[in-house]
Amino acid sequence: MIRRKYILSFAALLFAFTSSAQTDSTSADDLLKMLDDGTEKKKEYTSATFKATRVINGHSIENVGKGVLDFRIIHRFGALNQSFKNFFGLDNATTKLSFDYGVTDWLMVGVARGTYEKEYDGFIKAKVLRQTVDNKMPFSLSYFGGIYLKSMDVTVPPGMEYYFSNRLAYANQLLIARKFNNWLSLQLTPTHIHYNLVPTTAEPNDVFAVGLGGRLKLNNRLALTGEYFYTIPGAKLNGYQNALSVGLDIETGGHVFQLIFSNATTVTERAFIGQTPGRWDKGDIHFGFNISRVFTIVKPKGFEGSRNKIY
Amino acid sequence: MKKSIITIALLLIGNAIFAQKYMTRTGKVSFFSGTPLENIEAFNNEAASVLDSKTGSLVFALPIKSFKFEKALMQEHFNENYMESDKFPKAEYKGSITDVSKVNFAKDGTYNVSSTGKLTMHGVTKDVVIPGTVTVKGSEATLNSKFKVKPGDYGIKIPSMVVTKIAKEIEVTVNSILKRQ
Repeated sequence: MIRRKYILSFAALLFAFTSSAQTDSTSADDLLKMLDDGTEKKKEYTSATFKATRVINGHSIENVGKGVLDFRIIHRFGALNQSFKNFFGLDNATTKLSFDYGVTDWLMVGVARGTYEKEYDGFIKAKVLRQTVDNKMPFSLSYFGGIYLKSMDVTVPPGMEYYFSNRLAYANQLLIARKFNNWLSLQLTPTHIHYNLVPTTAEPNDVFAVGLGGRLKLNNRLALTGEYFYTIPGAKLNGYQNALSVGLDIETGGHVFQLIFSNATTVTERAFIGQTPGRWDKGDIHFGFNISRVFTIVKPKGFEGSRNKIY
Repeated sequence: MKKSIITIALLLIGNAIFAQKYMTRTGKVSFFSGTPLENIEAFNNEAASVLDSKTGSLVFALPIKSFKFEKALMQEHFNENYMESDKFPKAEYKGSITDVSKVNFAKDGTYNVSSTGKLTMHGVTKDVVIPGTVTVKGSEATLNSKFKVKPGDYGIKIPSMVVTKIAKEIEVTVNSILKRQ
């Protein structure tokens, strides 16, 4: 009887050792598996659908980060079909300086001043939906709203008054984008523009357009971009063309350079979508570039005492 | 009766001795790149790690996208251009503390140890020897380590335009508190 108990306890002991030996022989692979088993899948958003906050002229789905200021220098030269005397358009240029700021990770605001018609503009861009890596949300959606003020002098016939409101235009856009894979992103951009003043009473004050933009990533630092805005017949101003632009994004450290060719010489939504007179087939092609430089204004939390520094 | 108590006790001891694993999912790993032009430091608080106190087996798994940078754009570039974290989402270390016998997990104290294993990131695996310390405090074992990693060894290309701003050797700091399971 006693002996049986001994055997029993010995067996139990053996069992304890072998069973623990089994679970604990623990090659590193077993341990890794142990880690994998317990990780719950986090909701992960797709990042870097586009390299910059603009596809080319129009806004992309991208926002600047929270607390980040993006200073942009936007330059468009004259048309290439201008003669050698005008240095193929390089003599003439329009410039816009803009300051964009990320209020939160989903809300971005910006103000700018451009030389074309001495225009001031302001915008807000808000993320509504974000594409997720697991494709449960297959696309991203943002709202863009812009307001434009032409401040150039206007001469009106004597006795007539030129109201301040005449100088204003507004734009509303939905930005619907999908990053299909690492190298291809596309964006659909339904657009509404309201002009307080249009040239003739026959023309509509509200212009509707649909934009299609895309990015083809060539390598980690280069991307080809394209953008076309189709204005809806019957809801457009007379004598203006659809804007087609192609570009090359070049990324270096804290800058993104965008080199572009477009039949639009302007860069604000109300102007390039609704009021582009130039035609590609007539050689009204404008070379231009966007330079973006970002500054971190508000440090994100958790970096107190970090060693980050620029000399 | 006595015998069965002894049996149970032995059973418990057996398990206590042989089934000791220490684990965390919120370990801290940071890296630092120092050059005369710019210092860059990024932090990750989602390092998962298990240590087997008996065999010394040690693993780390680190989601690359969880590295936080002071500059949002830099974080994007880090993921998109350097680590290609869509393709290679994790960095992993698989190895063991070779002199784990030096550590008395029953007694509070700090022990100098050395770990040998394989470090995988950006799809490249390298044999590494990493020195560090194990600090035992109650049911916690804290792993501390500082070591250097060369991006070039792991096929991470630094473009010439920023080559002066990114160090040839990146200093990695590990500070992870593992709890006894």
